[in-house]
Amino acid sequence: MKTSSPMKWFASREGLYYLGLAVLLVIILPLILDRFRLELVGKYLTYAFVAVGLVMCWGKAGILSLGQGVFFGLGGYCMAMFLKLEASSPENTAIQSTPGIPDFMDWNQLTELPWFWVPFNSFSFTLLAVIGVPMLLAFIIGLAMFTRRVGGVYFAIITQAIAAILTILIIGQQGLTGGINGITNLTTLNGWSIRTDEAKVVLYFVCVGMLFLCLFVARFVQNGKLGRILVAMNAQETRVRFSGYDVAAFKIFVFCLAAAFAGIGGALFTLQVGFMSPSFIGIVASIEMVIFCALGGRLSILGAVYGALLVNAAKSGFSESFPELWPFAMGALFIGVVLAFPNGMAGLYQTYVIPLEDKIFRRAKAKAEPDAASPTADKSGDYDPMTDNYSPEKS
Amino acid sequence: MFDGYTSSELMSIFAMQGFAGLSLFSVFVLMALGLTIIFGQMGVINMAHGEFMILGAYTTYLTSGFFQSYLPGLFGGYFFIAMILAFLVCAALGALVEWLMIRHLYHRPLDTLLATWGLSLLMQQTYRSIFGAREVGVDLPEWMLGAFNVTDLVQLPINGLFVMIIALSIAVGLYLLMYRSGYGRKVRAVVQNRPMAEAVGINSAGIDRATFALGCGIAGVAGAAFTMIGSTGPSSGQAYIVDTFLVVVFGGAQSLIGTIVSAFGISQAQSTMEFFLSGSMAKVITLLVVVGILMLRPEGLMALKVRR
Amino acid sequence: MTTYKQSMKGGATGRWGLGKFKLLAASMVLAASANAATPPTAEVNTTGLAVTDDIVTVGILHSITGTMAISEIGSVQAEKLAIKQINESGGVLGRQIDFVQEDGASDWPTFAEKSRKLLRQDNVAAIFGAWTSASRKAVLPVMEQYNGMLYYPTFYEGLEQSPNVVYTGQEATQQILASLNWAAEEKGAKSFYLLGSDYIWPRTSNKIARKHIEDMLGLKVSGEEYYPLGHTQFNSVINKIKLRKPDVIFASVVGGSNVAFYKQMKAAGIDFTKEDPLLLTISVTEDEIRGIGGENVDGIYASMKYFQSLDNPNNKEFVAEFKKAYGDDMVIGDVTQAAYLGPWLWKAAVEKAGSFDIDKIREEFAGIEFKKAPEGYVRIHENHHLWSKTRIGQAQPDGQYKVVHETEELMEPDPFPEGYQ
Repeated sequence: MKTSSPMKWFASREGLYYLGLAVLLVIILPLILDRFRLELVGKYLTYAFVAVGLVMCWGKAGILSLGQGVFFGLGGYCMAMFLKLEASSPENTAIQSTPGIPDFMDWNQLTELPWFWVPFNSFSFTLLAVIGVPMLLAFIIGLAMFTRRVGGVYFAIITQAIAAILTILIIGQQGLTGGINGITNLTTLNGWSIRTDEAKVVLYFVCVGMLFLCLFVARFVQNGKLGRILVAMNAQETRVRFSGYDVAAFKIFVFCLAAAFAGIGGALFTLQVGFMSPSFIGIVASIEMVIFCALGGRLSILGAVYGALLVNAAKSGFSESFPELWPFAMGALFIGVVLAFPNGMAGLYQTYVIPLEDKIFRRAKAKAEPDAASPTADKSGDYDPMTDNYSPEKS
Repeated sequence: MFDGYTSSELMSIFAMQGFAGLSLFSVFVLMALGLTIIFGQMGVINMAHGEFMILGAYTTYLTSGFFQSYLPGLFGGYFFIAMILAFLVCAALGALVEWLMIRHLYHRPLDTLLATWGLSLLMQQTYRSIFGAREVGVDLPEWMLGAFNVTDLVQLPINGLFVMIIALSIAVGLYLLMYRSGYGRKVRAVVQNRPMAEAVGINSAGIDRATFALGCGIAGVAGAAFTMIGSTGPSSGQAYIVDTFLVVVFGGAQSLIGTIVSAFGISQAQSTMEFFLSGSMAKVITLLVVVGILMLRPEGLMALKVRR
Repeated sequence: MTTYKQSMKGGATGRWGLGKFKLLAASMVLAASANAATPPTAEVNTTGLAVTDDIVTVGILHSITGTMAISEIGSVQAEKLAIKQINESGGVLGRQIDFVQEDGASDWPTFAEKSRKLLRQDNVAAIFGAWTSASRKAVLPVMEQYNGMLYYPTFYEGLEQSPNVVYTGQEATQQILASLNWAAEEKGAKSFYLLGSDYIWPRTSNKIARKHIEDMLGLKVSGEEYYPLGHTQFNSVINKIKLRKPDVIFASVVGGSNVAFYKQMKAAGIDFTKEDPLLLTISVTEDEIRGIGGENVDGIYASMKYFQSLDNPNNKEFVAEFKKAYGDDMVIGDVTQAAYLGPWLWKAAVEKAGSFDIDKIREEFAGIEFKKAPEGYVRIHENHHLWSKTRIGQAQPDGQYKVVHETEELMEPDPFPEGYQ
């Protein structure tokens, strides 16, 4: 169902939702929130990357990964390594026993940069690594698991184990990774300071831009044939397999895609918050990322963004006023979303708000396109925000 | 690294290390048995398993305090009462949770993961609110402290032996229950072919509830046992989760024997490596090996061949 | 930047510690009686901090939920007690202290976020907080960027000296060197087994310890091992210890692992009161003993600067006040006492500088003394750490420590020890 032109798409229901999100993030929030809160929103948006990835691999393809924190963390660490090397120039670190290497390496008596740090002196390599390293790991895991038809709960547990392993490794090897403190004290990106207020605003908009890029990539994947196959796989895997498709390849692809998104989110997080630590890689953080997706609506990529924003906003709000209630609220959220509204907010939206919209939208559509039979007309049919799908055009 | 030890010392090294391995093995068995039953029966992974264990531990703590205040003469035997209470309390809560939450989610195993995670958060914060954020110390009766001096160099800690005996009894008891009793027959029937089992009149919903309660009850007893060797605090349950899951998944989730074999393998590997390497590296290598093997043989060591 | 008035719209009670109105009433009474001593706000606050003629606002930032809540609650209690006592004695520069408490939730990014909020939205004059090194490292750039001052209570690995932090806890050399010397001289120890949890503090501490043992004392290190945080099975290392038979086990195990470790040691038949081996720890305070059980640690030695059982008038008063405020069964560990020092040291600096401005206070830090410290006496060093005595205590079955050794002189803090790096 190709739309005939971008302008027509913007007038369609789906386009309006995207436009709405853009207006919210680009115009409304920067105007009504103060700098501090806006920086927080920027941080929440980085989690949205992970949530969008999870919509693709969990909502559509049925692969629940409880270790997305691993990919988020890997992307974040790649960026952090680059920033740390920049902040550890020989001038800045003149008081160390070995100038030119990060401070935590100096405390651990390392005298030269470990080999895997050296390439991160280059910004272009770092950018590649932010997407490449998570994707590589996802590829390896996916290859090992999906070709052997491991799925479901087993896969989820194994992703947890991987999160646990990586956490222990990073915390233990503090000479190489900064250990439990993570990589801190990041100052400039290619000479441009990331700590000033102006920088934070710029980074916020960069984050919004990247998020939309990822949203469009996700939308492209899901609306294409690939997306259809993923949904089919989720519903009836054996039938898809018998139809001749290489199920494993598709699963690996979508898992790598989710990993790439998470990696980008991690890198943007490091830039905005100014440090990266192993606490994001662990089991608890990874499972929290799933709830953003679940709340927003596991089948809706826009819903995932809203879910990430809302849950994190609630977390900040609760912890300011009623910190002891937050774990109760979050636990209740997990249970409630799973039991009561498994398709999240998007599902609720679908059930309650769409019928209202329909009345308004149909009237506008009837006025705007009286000539619906013409071949150049929009054949997209009704947009379903819960599943981001289009139902067939009703004649 | 063996120089400097006489051969008799080396013998005792191996003896004690073997015992340490067995100790770890019984800990894993206790942790995993409760989960295996639930997972095997219903395909449900209970992420709140650690919190049920801690509930058993808190029950033990309260029992210990009660006996100290009101029945000091009987303090020596309180632990057995505590274990029974822990079983009952956790089983009751398990049944309640199953009725409220789990039974709606049987066809959605991934969602039960999330829902039980939410439950674990609730339970943790409840513990924090009731017992405080600090860990509580559970006093043990005199006879449970100390060690048996088998020889001059070989000493076997009493509580390690106690944990082993509990683990063994529960494993044996569970085996008898599953394979020699009417209830066990029903459980196996439902696992193998639910519609058919229902068709012959087995109340599968009731069996599910009873099994979940049983699994949680065993977790409670495990928690009671662990007060002897570990800490009891609101987030102490988290320390056991990853290991427990791996043992269960590695063993082939629906097989009791598989769980026991997997617990044995992992515990021996880990404790042997701990002796030669440092604790962290031993843990990481064990985890990597387990994950690697799982990638090669994802159904675990001993999977039941079940027609789905 | 939001002004103080705007940020006060947060409501009368709720997240503000004391009822705003009660506070105003109290401060009005006090202000009326102490009017002569109150310098005008324009003089003492030139950087837009939350200071009025009657009230100055500070921040408390600790974890009250999550795994670290166990440890940090004591610090929160101590800081609140100090603030209450300062208020009762007339406040700081004639102003009553109000505080905003935020929850770090045992999550380092949350610490960074909350510290940013405290400095930028609430414009607090000081932050008493952080506990783990990771939380401090997360908060540090925020402190440095917005020129705040953090009063950090935990004993830690050193290797840091920020102009925006005052470290009221010991750094590694203060805790370790004196204790190793004591073990060698008083107890004739010849071999040491170093055991810790696997992260930066134990690793750095053991690095310093090893250097001291091997190079300075010329003694032997029989083994060095690390276990992941949260690890609970210590049978293997207990076996190794039994075999290698070190004279001293130097333990820096933290968290839940502590409980498991000591219980399993006791179960393995190791009786620390026999001192064969002797166990010397830098990570078990009275707070931890509550979770471990006094009978499991009976006989171990700990190196701290403060023990609840210290016998001096300051401490007796402090313990009494603490128990009165929080309950008779409260225990007070080293970090809790260090947290208690924070508000008092801040007050002393402010009064010496005659201003709340961070830059002016900073100039006055070096040399500020606190003679009413429960540990006796402390003095701020120009590297923002404290001169304090090192003490060795032996744990008793009731969960308290009996002080067996105290350094004659105050130990100089040295976060970047030459020769130990």
